[in-house]
Amino acid sequence: MTILELQSLYRQGKTTPSKEAENFLRRIESWEPQLHAFAWFDPEAFKRQARALEQGSGPGDSPLWGVPVLIKDNICVEGVPTTCASKILAGFRPPYNATAVERLKKAGALVLGMANMDEFAFGSSCEHSCYGPTRNPWDRQRVPGGSSGGSAAAVAAGMTPAALGSETGGSVRQPASFCGVVGLKPTYGRISRYGLIAFASSLDQIGPVTRTVADNAALFQAIAGFDPRDSTSANVPMPDFSKALQPALKGTRLGVPREYFGEGVDPEVKAALEKAIEELKRLGAAVSEVSLPHTDYAVPTYYIVATAEASSNLARFDGVRFGHRAKSTAGGVFSLQEMFTRSREEGFGAEAKRRITLGTFVLSSGYYDAYYARALKVRTLIKQDFDRVFEKVDGLVTPTAPTAAFRLGEKVEDPLTMYLSDIFTIPVNLAGVPGLSLPCGFTKAGLPVGMQLIAKPFSEETLFRIGHAYEQATEWHRKEPTL
Amino acid sequence: MSGVTVIGLEVHLQLNTASKIFCGCSTRFGASPNSQVCPVCLGLPGVLPVLNRQVFLHGIRVALGLGCRIQSRVVFHRKNYFYPDLPKGYQISQYDLPLGMHGGLELAGGKKIRILRVHMEEDAGKLIHKPDGGASLVDLNRAGVPLLEIVSEPDLESVEQAYEYLKTLKGILEYLDVSDCDMEKGSLRCDANISLGTESDRLSGTKVEIKNLNSFRAVARALAYEIERQGKMRAEGEKIQQETRLWDDAKGITVGMRSKEYAHDYRYFPEPDLVPFSVSAEQVEEVRGALPELPRARAHRFAQGYGLPAADAAGLTASRATADYYEACLRKKSVSGPFAKSAANWMLGDLAREMNDRHLDGINELGFPPEHLVNLIELIDSGKISGKMAKDVFMECLASKQSPSEVVKVKGWVQVTDRAAILAAAEEVVREHPQPAQDFRGGKDQALMFLVGQLMRRMKGAASPAVSQEVLRELLGKKG
Repeated sequence: MTILELQSLYRQGKTTPSKEAENFLRRIESWEPQLHAFAWFDPEAFKRQARALEQGSGPGDSPLWGVPVLIKDNICVEGVPTTCASKILAGFRPPYNATAVERLKKAGALVLGMANMDEFAFGSSCEHSCYGPTRNPWDRQRVPGGSSGGSAAAVAAGMTPAALGSETGGSVRQPASFCGVVGLKPTYGRISRYGLIAFASSLDQIGPVTRTVADNAALFQAIAGFDPRDSTSANVPMPDFSKALQPALKGTRLGVPREYFGEGVDPEVKAALEKAIEELKRLGAAVSEVSLPHTDYAVPTYYIVATAEASSNLARFDGVRFGHRAKSTAGGVFSLQEMFTRSREEGFGAEAKRRITLGTFVLSSGYYDAYYARALKVRTLIKQDFDRVFEKVDGLVTPTAPTAAFRLGEKVEDPLTMYLSDIFTIPVNLAGVPGLSLPCGFTKAGLPVGMQLIAKPFSEETLFRIGHAYEQATEWHRKEPTL
Repeated sequence: MSGVTVIGLEVHLQLNTASKIFCGCSTRFGASPNSQVCPVCLGLPGVLPVLNRQVFLHGIRVALGLGCRIQSRVVFHRKNYFYPDLPKGYQISQYDLPLGMHGGLELAGGKKIRILRVHMEEDAGKLIHKPDGGASLVDLNRAGVPLLEIVSEPDLESVEQAYEYLKTLKGILEYLDVSDCDMEKGSLRCDANISLGTESDRLSGTKVEIKNLNSFRAVARALAYEIERQGKMRAEGEKIQQETRLWDDAKGITVGMRSKEYAHDYRYFPEPDLVPFSVSAEQVEEVRGALPELPRARAHRFAQGYGLPAADAAGLTASRATADYYEACLRKKSVSGPFAKSAANWMLGDLAREMNDRHLDGINELGFPPEHLVNLIELIDSGKISGKMAKDVFMECLASKQSPSEVVKVKGWVQVTDRAAILAAAEEVVREHPQPAQDFRGGKDQALMFLVGQLMRRMKGAASPAVSQEVLRELLGKKG
């Protein structure tokens, strides 16, 4: 069931939010034990929300009225445990809603629960969670991708029509690709970060995860737009994105960056993309090869900028005011230093510690210029790559990830290999441009392959237009995993 | 040899904005602990800072008032360190691009002290340690209160200069009306850097930072102590450590902090939650246009307009409150002539002395409002009391909080102008001191002063000095 299908049924009076809540609950009962996509879920609270909604006014013209939305565990929901899948935030219930959640509620959406993720969004497999890993609905031996793995797996399995994820370096698009759903990383500044628990502030964006491009546009429409509570939020007009959903691509100029099709890309992924590009041409797009010469530097640059910011953003988890605080040994008084160190030692998982350490190092006096300052310069070069290319084309087509979903445990002991699964998504975050992942095929083993579309800042419309036209012409989005 | 003293001062000024620098919480002082907090200043996960525009405008005002150049771009940095009073684990501050740079101010002797930078930052909370040592409590009401940090160049060469710099700076800040500048409430705080250099290279000494200076007096005492300590160490050939020391006001000494407590690597980097923005020349000019008259300009006006000596004008205008007091007195009287000078003399003399003795920060704390001073001078001018009596009246006013007229009435302190009474006393004086009387008759005019003094003494100061002189001259056969 998609958002728009659900909406149509509500408007025709064929179903009610309570009935749909029951339907989704049944779906969750059968799938959730297999996937473990939720970090927190309260079925009774969910049903209460549905009933309360029915007491009020009807769907009106809000496409999200009565639509369940699963929220990634790092996006604050008032009164609901929001823990970033970390022990250090155990028991934390924010006294406020993230702006995106507030807007969802205003639009009549139902908060379904909290989605599992890699701790603090540090990961590409959803294995680094204090709640244990989430599994891929297409193959339970494989990862759903990450860090928004719970969000993507839940949408793919039909446990929810929509979810919010968040991105710092591919964390919505890569799991969308692995799970065969649609995921958007908006332009930096499009969706307020207020209430999104920060990983790397200059990169973070909330992103919608849905089954179709049209659904994605509807969800995006509801939560995006200027917010005075976020100084990095852009005060840029919001068009009506549903108008962008046209079937044809005549006159659209698409670029295929050669750096995204080189070594390391799985042949099946490459083949699926080549077929998809042929389809885009058939729909009227003019396709040409382009170059983003600094692509190779994106991953190292990202792991300096993102970890530097993370080391500072995660300093507030110190055991003083909320979350986990270590207990003093033998009931004695312990020093301040000990309280900080032990609380963080016990509260953070291995990947979080690795990134905090890395980030602390690159900002240290004596190393700042060699790492952080230089990374900022390279980031500018990467952004300029995109600026230049968008003088010639309207959008870019690339694989979302170099491979389809990998096996659980396959990369967890080898962080560098894990980091490389974001090689095609990370440049988009560094440049601040929008990127959309949508299904464009399956491997022989039956795993989804994702296509990434990239456009210039504040032109999500272009992504929705190209994505929707492609989706209309193909059947990939109709395939569903089976239990 | 003791070496050349080199001092630089860092002043933290709490701004008097109604709300905090990055959220809407009140900045009111003295509220019950943790009653003026919100998710932003508590550093809860996911919330974001939004700059209070008034802080930025106050910052420009102070920077301009101190003659700084305003940077064209405002950039905030994060200063990272762990402490329970710092909710986010970093302080949002400014680093390599402070709001204002390269200003300065002038001391009374004309020496110019350069100001390196003026920057904006947020204050931290406060720790309250339970006396039994069982727990430390955190009050975050102060977390996020806006601060300006004002850093001088190491141009100060003595304790006296450092003290005068602080006084002058405080004077200017009061005029700018952006802070209550109250050291006791912590709205004005000072850290000092001090080293001993050599004649040939004044910056060759090792710098020691002194913290926990809670009054101007503490700054002066701590610096004097430190000059002596470092001088002694040098004389004995000991190496001075670069370190941070805490001033212990009760013991009157500085104590080195354990290295762990200050050896921070703050890992400054640009604050990604606040977008850098530009400051236009028009914005700067608008703030400049709204600057009040500052102490130097006011002193000049006082000297020209009220006919005061330059030193008096400078003394009266160093503090805005004092200058306002003075002008309030003048509004009640004519602007020029003897009144202007008498009021200045009183303020720079008796009033200043009493403020000093009582360690008062401002003239308004004296409990002697402008109308009382006007009243006092009128009593003298009209001959109701003598100048000498006036000093007693003044002290009694401070003690009783009454006006000079009331004091005179209650105490019956009226100047005796009755010629007969004075003549009777004068005759006694002349009889007791024949030699000076003889001297005066012989042409030694100074002898008269002695006799007037004796006459005053006999009449317990109540005799009118003018009438006393007249009577004595008549008595001794010499018309004045």
